[in-house]
Amino acid sequence: MKYVDEFRDGDKARRLAELIRTEVNPEREYRLMEFCGGHTHAIFRFGIHDLMPENLKYVHGPGCPVCVLPAGRIEAAIELAEAEDIILCTYADLMRVPAGRGDSLNRARARGSDIRMIYSSTDALAIARANPERQVVFFAIGFETTTPPTAAAIQIAEKEGLSNFSVYCNHVLTPPAMRHLLSSGEAHIHGILGPSHVSTIIGSQAYAGCCNDYQVPLVIAGFEPLDVIQSTLMLVRQINEGRFEVENQYSRAVSQTGNRKAQALMQAIFEPRAMFEWRGLGGLPDSAVQIKAAFHAFDAEKRFGMQAIDVADIRGCICPAVLRGVSDPVDCKLFGSICTPEQPKGACMVSSEGACAAQYSYGRYRLGGKSEI
Amino acid sequence: MCLAVPARVESLDRAASTAVVNLDGISKEVSTLLLDDVAVGDYVLIHVGYALERIDPEEAEKTLTMFDELKGVEP
Ligand code: SF4
Ligand code: SF4
Repeated sequence: MKYVDEFRDGDKARRLAELIRTEVNPEREYRLMEFCGGHTHAIFRFGIHDLMPENLKYVHGPGCPVCVLPAGRIEAAIELAEAEDIILCTYADLMRVPAGRGDSLNRARARGSDIRMIYSSTDALAIARANPERQVVFFAIGFETTTPPTAAAIQIAEKEGLSNFSVYCNHVLTPPAMRHLLSSGEAHIHGILGPSHVSTIIGSQAYAGCCNDYQVPLVIAGFEPLDVIQSTLMLVRQINEGRFEVENQYSRAVSQTGNRKAQALMQAIFEPRAMFEWRGLGGLPDSAVQIKAAFHAFDAEKRFGMQAIDVADIRGCICPAVLRGVSDPVDCKLFGSICTPEQPKGACMVSSEGACAAQYSYGRYRLGGKSEI
Repeated sequence: MCLAVPARVESLDRAASTAVVNLDGISKEVSTLLLDDVAVGDYVLIHVGYALERIDPEEAEKTLTMFDELKGVEP
């Protein structure tokens, strides 16, 4: 595939890695956080960490919307689906995320609730059009990448007067979470691999304040292996030179200002939410969006009076620490024994971008630390 | 959950703000609501049924030529 294959060249990957090995300072440690689950997945899938010198470590971050959504928000959706005669639509990954007491959307569906997996917000609109006598709720999650498509759906629903369509909005924002991680300092991060596709929307300048305030360099990195390794080299150079700039390795898709049309659409429909609970990070102010008052008719939380529910994660699961970059999936006693991608006990084992799932799927089977590229 | 993949724009329906793209050999209809002036032949990133952003061929080329600094490096 064009723009994929040429960024997976194994020979170049090994040369780049060699360059990194010659340029790292053996006297120090390099802890690089990949904020985004897409990078976590690429690092494990292609064995990129095995190509790196001993003193360079990738630390996994909270950049997967499935992983950071607290169980209570899923529990609330299950309660709604069981209490009301609605069709609940959601992206596939959410179906298996553990809610309270081992429950999940999948189980609720098996008990008879009408819960449907969709690929796009446009599918949820189509279901609403086809079922005018029933309420259709779109359980929306995602970072800035996935927020504009939800905004588009609300805009279309308003234009068409689709009065049976509403959105359970769980969209979260990247820069506030990044700020929170850096301000706590507990993950001891020296550099950040910045999200690829979040950045296509918000632009590279969105991180400038963060890098400056905490004096940590950030390189926006594409998701292919050569992108990740080249960005790692760029971070190593910044760290060695004591710089803390925003650099953009993924310039083929990310500009300084981002996608203005998508930003305008988000601003038309959404506004900041005073407080939102993240798994692992806790309640963070202004870290998520909610639907503006003018569109309250399309806000499922308002329409159905949905309440926040507090649900504890399963005992032993250390997802919160994994998401903050202070623990590794293998530190979890449940990892690979009780908790597997087939029977996930925590959210990080569900999405293929979750740190536990990525490590389980690719880490376990690699013989003697061999890279796959 | 939200990887975006590059695909080539095969045809456009401007009135409906949709495009048919070729995604590794498979034709798929996507929304172009988030992008102004997409053209047939452009490569765009597809995410949950929407074209998110155009891929800039010149910038892609620049990134690839940066790998040339590797010529002398022996793995
Ligand atoms: S693209 Fe978005 S959702 Fe996907 S891993 Fe990155 S930040 Fe998370
Ligand atoms: S292995 Fe499972 S239980 Fe342990 S932290 Fe990961 S998701 Fe949670």
